[in-house]
Amino acid sequence: MNLVHLAQAKSPWVLHYDASSCNGCDIETVACLTPLYDIERFGAVPIGSPKHADMLLVTGNVNHKSKRVLRNIYDQMTEPKVVVAIGICATSSGVFHQSYNVLGGADQAVPVDVYISGCPPRPEAIIDAIIMGAEKLKKKWKEEEHPVKRSNQGSDTERSTADVG
Amino acid sequence: MPSRTVIPFGPQHPVFPEPLQLTLTVEDEKVVEAVPSLGYVHRGLEKGAELNDFVKNIYLAERVCGICSFMHSWTYCSCIEELLNIEVPPRAEYLRLIFAELSRVHSHLLWLGLYADAFGLESLFMQCWRVRERSLDMQEAAGGGRVILSACTIGGMRRNLDEDMRRAFIKEVAEIRRDFERLVPVFLNDYSIKKRTVGVGVLSKEDAQSLGAVGPTLRASGVRSDARMLGYGPYKEMDFEPVVEEDGDCYARGVVRVKEVLQALDLITRALERLPEGEIKVNFRGRLKGEVFKRMEQPRGEMLYYVRASRNKNLDRFRIRTPTFANIPPLLKMLPGCDLSDVPVITLSIDPCISCTER
Repeated sequence: MNLVHLAQAKSPWVLHYDASSCNGCDIETVACLTPLYDIERFGAVPIGSPKHADMLLVTGNVNHKSKRVLRNIYDQMTEPKVVVAIGICATSSGVFHQSYNVLGGADQAVPVDVYISGCPPRPEAIIDAIIMGAEKLKKKWKEEEHPVKRSNQGSDTERSTADVG
Repeated sequence: MPSRTVIPFGPQHPVFPEPLQLTLTVEDEKVVEAVPSLGYVHRGLEKGAELNDFVKNIYLAERVCGICSFMHSWTYCSCIEELLNIEVPPRAEYLRLIFAELSRVHSHLLWLGLYADAFGLESLFMQCWRVRERSLDMQEAAGGGRVILSACTIGGMRRNLDEDMRRAFIKEVAEIRRDFERLVPVFLNDYSIKKRTVGVGVLSKEDAQSLGAVGPTLRASGVRSDARMLGYGPYKEMDFEPVVEEDGDCYARGVVRVKEVLQALDLITRALERLPEGEIKVNFRGRLKGEVFKRMEQPRGEMLYYVRASRNKNLDRFRIRTPTFANIPPLLKMLPGCDLSDVPVITLSIDPCISCTER
């Protein structure tokens, strides 16, 4: 693993997209950036463009209209990339599971690496998830440099889910 | 004839935490037309509410919007209480006011932070959110949750304040006030804020009224209108006077919100001092019948709830009209003629809450 990749895994640039959340998880995600929780001490920097981002934070369940947008954002991000589903809506559509316009969690549109539950999750849980995502990013860089034969692997490699809280 | 360009603004844009799409037609740097496109956050909540028991709908109503979630649960509960003819104990009504005004404080501070971020004052954004965390700590101490509380229920409140906490809250409100007052001169007098906001996105008094603007957007245009003047809950005993500004530009909308934070802190202190003793919840039984409208003032403006039921445990119809929905036509009136660089500031100045709008 070269120095650049190590640095990138230590300082993930995060992009936030609200797939169809009620704002609760969004403001907690933004609260992570502010002085009390200050996620920059772990190297995570919020960024506006998908092309610069290493990590996608998805809040809210996926609906018919946001599915395409979420997919577009994901496709624009460069490899390797990590998706974190924040909140119970992004995990399994939560309280809105009966609604006609809700397709399900974020995994209906993009492959998710880390799930966190909670409605909304506490900022500490979000920070924990971002750190887990960064670990995942490091693993993906390593895999990219030393590709392992697919047939030797079990089912729980990069698509596995690490549950937090 | 300058050439026209179409620029998509959103749905994913660094200024907004939420997806709002505006299709902007620009001539050189001037916006000539803005067309909004909604539906990225539509969850079908109103229909979902018809599938649930009416008691469980409190949790759904709270999740119309995570920022003003307490106001939504209060409005929904008071609709049901009116249908069931429940008299809510006065202590519960005062507690509701305290939580509602706390969420107004945190909502306005959140907005002031995002607003500062929109024209690049990042440290002011951080300062606003630092002060806001104190109000969230109060909500957590009293309600059990930072953002979504589930403290309001049909017939009263689920959470009480004990005497120690009441005294601590009065002290804490004074400290939030002291912290916030250090930021107020920046919002009122700072040269770069004035440069970016004075005379930008002007909405005249006539336009504001005819297009049906609500909340701070309406009051910044010189119209004295606030649903709290109706005197629902304990507001009738609070000598409530709305904050009104005359200019109708982005600066005036900012000033209205700054003054409303101070006013909300005053209201909380007054309510804490006058907090009556007694029960916080009454039990209820019976089935719902009839229909009811309720108007209440959210941080973003007036919202309207409509509930209809006919002796079932489910509702027949549940309808919400939210303030941002009412403020989108005024926004489309403000945008034509402005510079492209002012679009984020003007759009933010109505305090868009997309999850309310689209539900």
